[in-house]
Amino acid sequence: MADVIVLEDIVKQFIMGDTILQALDHVNFSVEEGDFIAIMGPSGSGKSTMMNILGCLDRPTSGRYYLDGKEVAGLSDDELARTRNAKIGFVFQNFNLLSKITALQNVALPLVYAGVPEEERLERARIALRDVGLEDRVDHKPNELSGGQRQRVAIARALVNNPAIVMADEPTGNLDTKSSYEIMEIFKKLNAMGKTIVMVTHEPDIGQQTKRILVMRDGHLNSDERLVHDYVQ
Amino acid sequence: MFNESIKMAIDGMISNKLRTLLTLLGIIIGVGAVIAMVSLGFGVKEQIKDNISRLGSNLLIVQSGGRTATGARIQAGSGARLTDEDAKAIEKNIDGIKYVAPMVSRGYQLVVGNQNWTTNVQGSTPNIIDIRDYTVEEGRNINDHDMAGKDRVCVIGKTIVENLFPDGDPVGKTIRINKAPFKVVGVLGAKGQSSGGQDQDDVVFVPLTTAMNRMMGITYVNNITIQAMNENVIDSVQAEVENLLRIRHRIKNSDDDDFSVRNLAALMDTMMSTANTITMLLGCIAAISLLVGGIGIMNIMLVSVTERTREIGIRKALGATYNNILLQFLIESAVIGIIGGFLGVVLGIGASYAISTFAEWKTVISVPIIIISVVFSVGIGVFFGIYPARKAALLDPIEALRYE
Repeated sequence: MADVIVLEDIVKQFIMGDTILQALDHVNFSVEEGDFIAIMGPSGSGKSTMMNILGCLDRPTSGRYYLDGKEVAGLSDDELARTRNAKIGFVFQNFNLLSKITALQNVALPLVYAGVPEEERLERARIALRDVGLEDRVDHKPNELSGGQRQRVAIARALVNNPAIVMADEPTGNLDTKSSYEIMEIFKKLNAMGKTIVMVTHEPDIGQQTKRILVMRDGHLNSDERLVHDYVQ
Repeated sequence: MFNESIKMAIDGMISNKLRTLLTLLGIIIGVGAVIAMVSLGFGVKEQIKDNISRLGSNLLIVQSGGRTATGARIQAGSGARLTDEDAKAIEKNIDGIKYVAPMVSRGYQLVVGNQNWTTNVQGSTPNIIDIRDYTVEEGRNINDHDMAGKDRVCVIGKTIVENLFPDGDPVGKTIRINKAPFKVVGVLGAKGQSSGGQDQDDVVFVPLTTAMNRMMGITYVNNITIQAMNENVIDSVQAEVENLLRIRHRIKNSDDDDFSVRNLAALMDTMMSTANTITMLLGCIAAISLLVGGIGIMNIMLVSVTERTREIGIRKALGATYNNILLQFLIESAVIGIIGGFLGVVLGIGASYAISTFAEWKTVISVPIIIISVVFSVGIGVFFGIYPARKAALLDPIEALRYE
């Protein structure tokens, strides 16, 4: 299967005063299409930086990053924005929904920036919400929904423009156990439908539900372990 | 995308009603003040123009006075140097003149039965009625026959009628002016107050000859009113009149005139430029309040950007470009400018009407000023929106998403 993400020799440095912090130190790895990856590691290990670079929110100091076959490491801010819009769906720990608009409008938001006409936008948003089981909550605002429901809206938003990868940053971090497992079921279902998912988590039981666990430590990739699950048939 | 930005801007404004209203108020008051103040200024200008042209902007008034041989100046209008012959010479020798009216006047008591009234009685030629823009409402004007016969006849204004003839119908009746009986031959149409606040209906005209010989016993006139053909020739007429009178009065080149010529067109220019200055001043003060309103927009937009940092981060993460965010905030401030501008126009027009209704000052609503102030207020909205919008558009999405 083709590699949807290829990282070659990625370095990310932060300059803090007169010391240079090496957040990512010559990282190499690739992600196949249809894979489900958990990036784990203690805080300060570089997994957030890794997430930002993978999500095209940030640029590496050096190295090459091929996303869906295209080099994105050297793109301008606006090109990165368009890449995020077209190729990446984000799911955040604290949901990051706009509180003043409805679930449907939240889900349709990426399509606004993709230039999709309004009617098609709302239709696609409705389908995405149905896929996460929220077809009866489309007109609710985020503060009228439970944590688990909000995260499902966020997942619908991540899926609405049919991205190459879904980036999930601690998606279960703010949820109770029951909601966490519901969200994980949705991710597994999406993965089974062929979506590539990269998830950052520090909860081992969440990580265990993915197909592959990358453990980071001090900006290095410490281990790369492939799991075999009975749910993958 | 543009439509989306407008929709987002309006949604944003609606979701923060009080703040939007307060921001709008700055612009509404600014635009309203500009329109009301300029309307008021234009009204003053229009009023002055009206008054002076009713008085006659092509009028020259020659008065005796100025320096005498001894160096002591005498009061304008007194002195014995201006004569009826001067008036006749002016009419005969100078081109571009429509009417010349020499005039004498003095205060007298008027008596009818047991009513009395004191006013200035003016002796002049019949054409004074045309020059002063009066109309004869009842009866007839003084005529040349009256002049030649030095007849004791008079034409009176409405105020005189009200005070001396409470029962009306004065034509043909007799008024005693300084004890001598004068027959009322005509009544003038009402003119109201002059720009100087004088009652223009409190007038009595008698033939010049009657006044000079039979009432006052004088051989000179107080002033000569000259009406030029039009405003364009007035300066040349004035120069020729001055020249002719210097020759007739045998004034040496080294001496000053013993008369003075007042030009109402020059007076009008002066008053117009005063009115323009007033308009400018009022407009400037109002424009400052519009500027303050603009700063209000900037203030609110900056608060709004800070408050919505997280929203901006989310939008950027989902693919909004620099221009998308810039446009969203710029449109928001432009919409405040547009709505504020239009409401301001309504307020300004309303205020102008209120001023003319309640204060009874004339106001003239100027369409160009309305257009300028709306364009200006939209411009202010955009201008003061640029900095906050740029600030929003330049936010780093990672930082913005982390913002609490």
